[in-house]
Amino acid sequence: MNYIPVTDKEKQEMLAKIGVKTSDELFSSIPKSARIKDLNISAGISEQALIRLLEDKSKKNSSLKDFLNFRGAGIYEHFIPTLVEEITSRSEFSTAYTPYQPEASQGTLQSIFEYQSMIAEITGMDVANASMYDGASATAEAAMLSLRSSGRRKLIISGLLHPEYQQVLRTYLQGTDVDIEVIQQVDGITSLSKLKNFVNNECASVIIQSPNFFGSIEDLDEIRKLTTEHGALLIQVLNPLSLGILKTPGEIGCDIAVGEGQVLGSATGFGGFTFGFFAAKKALAWKIPGRIVGQTIDTKNRRGFVLTLQAREQHIKREKATSNICTNAALNALSGCVYLSGWGPHGLKELAGLNIRKSHYAYDKISKVKGFEPAFKNQLFFNEFVLRTKKNIDEIEKNLLSENIIGPFALKGFYPELSDCLLFCVTETKTKEDIDKLVAILGK
Amino acid sequence: MSNIPKELRYTKTHEWAKNENGKIRVGITDHAQHEITDVVHVELPQVGKKSEKGSPIAVVESVKAAFDIYSPVSGTVIEINSKIADNPELVNSSPYSDGFFFIIEASNKSEFDTLLSADEYQKTLK
Repeated sequence: MNYIPVTDKEKQEMLAKIGVKTSDELFSSIPKSARIKDLNISAGISEQALIRLLEDKSKKNSSLKDFLNFRGAGIYEHFIPTLVEEITSRSEFSTAYTPYQPEASQGTLQSIFEYQSMIAEITGMDVANASMYDGASATAEAAMLSLRSSGRRKLIISGLLHPEYQQVLRTYLQGTDVDIEVIQQVDGITSLSKLKNFVNNECASVIIQSPNFFGSIEDLDEIRKLTTEHGALLIQVLNPLSLGILKTPGEIGCDIAVGEGQVLGSATGFGGFTFGFFAAKKALAWKIPGRIVGQTIDTKNRRGFVLTLQAREQHIKREKATSNICTNAALNALSGCVYLSGWGPHGLKELAGLNIRKSHYAYDKISKVKGFEPAFKNQLFFNEFVLRTKKNIDEIEKNLLSENIIGPFALKGFYPELSDCLLFCVTETKTKEDIDKLVAILGK
Repeated sequence: MSNIPKELRYTKTHEWAKNENGKIRVGITDHAQHEITDVVHVELPQVGKKSEKGSPIAVVESVKAAFDIYSPVSGTVIEINSKIADNPELVNSSPYSDGFFFIIEASNKSEFDTLLSADEYQKTLK
């Protein structure tokens, strides 16, 4: 094998073989405007000069470090202790592939086992899988599990489930005969009275996000009573950091708890380094999607780890597999595992408390700014809240950006009826000075 | 050498069937439980489920694989062995007794007579 790049002659042969004349024709499905004809770099440039050129160009990019960020809406900025990268960047973890060979990957398997144990512990659920792609796919898989285990064909979802999660769920269910009923909100929470009209003995599950897309904490105890009466499962979609201070899904009596794990030590870049966590009651363990690592002993009584319940997986059970998910977001889940073990139960509680105190400080301050008022009566929230404004939202955004502040999320795109409302997020990363600066600019 | 009781009837897919006055008790054979090794889970049909002869009706899972169980006769499931849901190892330790899967009320009694005899089943194993 030689290492000479493809010659023009070889290129022509390859193009002829697949039946096109030029490489332009081959890439014709990509719009011209998205294609670069030639890089604006002169030929024969030295490596040193090239690096300098690219570094200069890359300075035109900016990262969240250059901004004060008050936006959440699904992906959240949190402080990531150095410990997390220290562990996850070890080559044993960052290069490890699917651990099918337990004898060769005990470390990876142990890390997944510990991740599962921590997710089960913080959610108060019996069993957790090794992780999924993101919160949205974990939510859709939870819905599928409820359909599978109940044999029913109807889902009830809160209109305050992240709108993009709702889209993913609909994509999963495309082409099936499953009905989805969306329950609208009243005062920032899912309307219990409307929910009561729709929950019946045909519902596989009720899916509620809490804290919901508006940041509000839902009354899950009431909803649990309702679902129990009708034999429907209760699926809670949640922010795992909020569990430092809020009731766990286990305490509420949820059947399945899922959500986005990015908040547990993963970065926000490019839409977030995501992983979905998925935890359930023991009765559902046989049917949960994805993989599970179990702990066992070998013939010499030594502790060991194995992929367990493999028969449900796609590579063995094929068309009868529980889910078409056949991998997991192992490295991001490992970040979550290291992050959780680093904080410990006490640290997690402190962290959750900081999120609550800082966001409530901001809520109180901004509510008093002329032109702003709470959107909902007595909103109970973790680290996100909604305010209504009489001001021009585009102008607010522009003003904040000119001061290097990424402002709140405008709800008008997803909720046209709330076109004058803004969703703010304040995490532990913001200082009092940061919040005061935001308040001052909003008041201008 | 697997145990193949003379009084039972069999399928090529390794189910056994026992006729109890038109009610057919069904399980998997000693040979089958040996082949699939340790059973870890059984997915049983719901009582009242109707099934056709030869159609998949339950699933048995061992440590490394999952197999369909086919209905030996057409009919309606009238009883399931919920003991094996909690103790799937009964399928290994007692395939012809405590480890049975379900009882089906046959809708066409002549179907039972077309099942394999112990000798015929024995021959399929060679």
